[in-house]
Amino acid sequence: MPYTKRRRLVRTAVAIALGATTLAACGSESADSETESGPASLTYWTWTPGMDKVVDLWNKGPGKKDQITVTVKKQASGDTLVTKILTAHKAGKAPDLVQAEYQALPTLVSNDALADISKHVGGAEDEFAGGVWQQTTLGTDAVYAVPQDIGPMMFYYREDLFKQYGLTVPTTWDEFAETARKLKKAAPGKDLTTFSANDSGLFAGLAQQAGAKWWTTSGDQWKVSIDDAATQKVAKFWGGLVKEGAIDNQPMYTPAWNKALNTGKQIAWVSAVWAPGTLTTAAPDTKGKWAMAPLPQWSVSENRTGSWGGSSTAVTTDSKHQAAAAKFATWLNTDSEALNALAKESGIYPAATNAQTSGAFLKPPAYFSHQADFYRKAADIAETTAPSAWGPNVNVAYTTFKDTFGAAAKSKSDFGAALDEMQADTVADMKKQGFEVAP
Amino acid sequence: MSSLAVPQAEPRAGSTPGTAQDRRPPLRRRIALVPTVTLLLGALYCLLPVAWVVIAATKSGRELFSTFTFLPGTGFADNVRDLTAYRDGVYWQWMANSALYAGLGALLSTCVSAVSGYALATYRFRGRETIFNVLLAGVLMPPVILAVPQYLLLAQADLTDSYLSVLLPQILFPYGVYLARIYAAAAVPADVVEAGRMDGASEWRIFTRIALPMMIPGMVTVFLFQFVAIWNNFLLPYIMLSDDEKFPITLGLFTLLEQGANTPALYTLVITGAFLAVLPLVALFLVIQRFWSLDLLSGAVKS
Repeated sequence: MPYTKRRRLVRTAVAIALGATTLAACGSESADSETESGPASLTYWTWTPGMDKVVDLWNKGPGKKDQITVTVKKQASGDTLVTKILTAHKAGKAPDLVQAEYQALPTLVSNDALADISKHVGGAEDEFAGGVWQQTTLGTDAVYAVPQDIGPMMFYYREDLFKQYGLTVPTTWDEFAETARKLKKAAPGKDLTTFSANDSGLFAGLAQQAGAKWWTTSGDQWKVSIDDAATQKVAKFWGGLVKEGAIDNQPMYTPAWNKALNTGKQIAWVSAVWAPGTLTTAAPDTKGKWAMAPLPQWSVSENRTGSWGGSSTAVTTDSKHQAAAAKFATWLNTDSEALNALAKESGIYPAATNAQTSGAFLKPPAYFSHQADFYRKAADIAETTAPSAWGPNVNVAYTTFKDTFGAAAKSKSDFGAALDEMQADTVADMKKQGFEVAP
Repeated sequence: MSSLAVPQAEPRAGSTPGTAQDRRPPLRRRIALVPTVTLLLGALYCLLPVAWVVIAATKSGRELFSTFTFLPGTGFADNVRDLTAYRDGVYWQWMANSALYAGLGALLSTCVSAVSGYALATYRFRGRETIFNVLLAGVLMPPVILAVPQYLLLAQADLTDSYLSVLLPQILFPYGVYLARIYAAAAVPADVVEAGRMDGASEWRIFTRIALPMMIPGMVTVFLFQFVAIWNNFLLPYIMLSDDEKFPITLGLFTLLEQGANTPALYTLVITGAFLAVLPLVALFLVIQRFWSLDLLSGAVKS
């Protein structure tokens, strides 16, 4: 898509310019963590649609009582927002609250942009699954954000076409490969799904399910293991399927992809809990024909899934009202009224476990109205989310992934080499940024 | 948007002596095949995406990816209505913001360019060439590189997230000054300036009453260039602004597209929005085109 290129251009440009000005700006940083009491007026950068309506509930309710007013400044999502936050932070002008994807948290923390709010979020931990909460602590005693939404991965398939071609829903990845081959034999013009390299989050989630831990720390050193055995297994699996032609190799989110889903040329999609929204626009004619199942497993005894997407609410070090901001972030993501409003106004899938099976989530999404237990099932799957391990330059790894795997998928060549390149580029970038990286 | 080509002035009938009388045989008027085909291909390459946007803007969300690409849809009115309804009409606010940034910004930067270009062309002073060379370096420097330093500077002055933060950095337009100097040197003869001085006019009067009218066609070009540059600018407002009520159209459409993974992308709105955002530029080019032909009249000097 054209904007992907622009986004990268923007990021590169900002990175270059930032590099040039880092020295000049270093002096202006203030490590002021002093919090004031009394009336507070907070600004909040978020991309969630309808967030202003949810924040209105706060401003009229608990916020009014505590004299904490929050103003929403709507932003565009993605890595560019991280860059924007860091730029603002260099000038000491970051907003009080920011929305951040989980994989962006280490980047923000390593730039000292996020405040430790562990003192102000007492009890919130119990509302979330352990694997989700761990992403906001980065394995330390600090807490850098409150989880907002999550994207547990699932398997979506065309129920009617599976029946027509006599396919069964795969429970392991081996069965998945068999299903793809069987379909190819029965209907050569159709594909089970595609391997797409234009959203790195998908591959990261699949690797996470297989048990990969891309970034880990020991002492002051980072260890990058993007080419670990688990990830290699995943890369080899998908590379093999692409190479033998059992699945398609065209990218997702293109008009052609939408058409393939809408006309039944592709009959399944490995995606996450938010897929109904995407399918509604991508494949409007197939409403009611899809079903959701857990992700296939690597072995019969396992029951794990990865996550694709999801974000949190964080408080910045620039905020002069960190306690107040943390109070709002906790309310937004744990209060049942707030979570209901978030589900209704913004359509997010909450990270808070209680909210996943109450309120708006008692009924299935409209696109899946025939699968009555959609959200019950989703909550069970969410519980099996494997822990994730993000590092300070996920954006670099993701960009390299898009380039190398994109090229490998297109030419149906070796995914292993692409993975090696991803590892090498990520390590090189970390060293360049001045991180200690274990060999 | 950048595919808009500067319209070329048609040669006027009879402007080349002799063509009217000279009835050429059809053989000599034979069209050169290779250049024509190349140009046609080029035109196709530039116009197809525009045609796509125009047609896609008429499609409803349901039709967008399912019907034939160049088959007009039925949803244009609905798309415009949805776009207007989005966040209480913030789209039109973006449009107005873009008009303000581009209109006022281009006007101010044209004034600055005119004054400095004229000064550089007319006066001889120490350091003139140095200034001009620095200016040339500024032309080569992509403005993207400057956005972050400019942000840090304006943050010191507490001006970020304001209309001024987007307007101020775009007032100085090195390419505009460069063009203005070249144009002033060509269109304002030293004799005319000298004559003005002999008659006792002040320098300011000479500039505003004599030189400026001669420079108008060039200044229209500078205005247009800067208008388009600001209208299409993305990074500077992106870094400077956080309040979406102050966003220009480029930034607004970007937020419309990047709503987060769990929200269906608002493709139809973005496409319709992009289509509507091109219209003012097209209109501007059509309206301002006539100023270029003034060139022939106002540049003439009696000798």
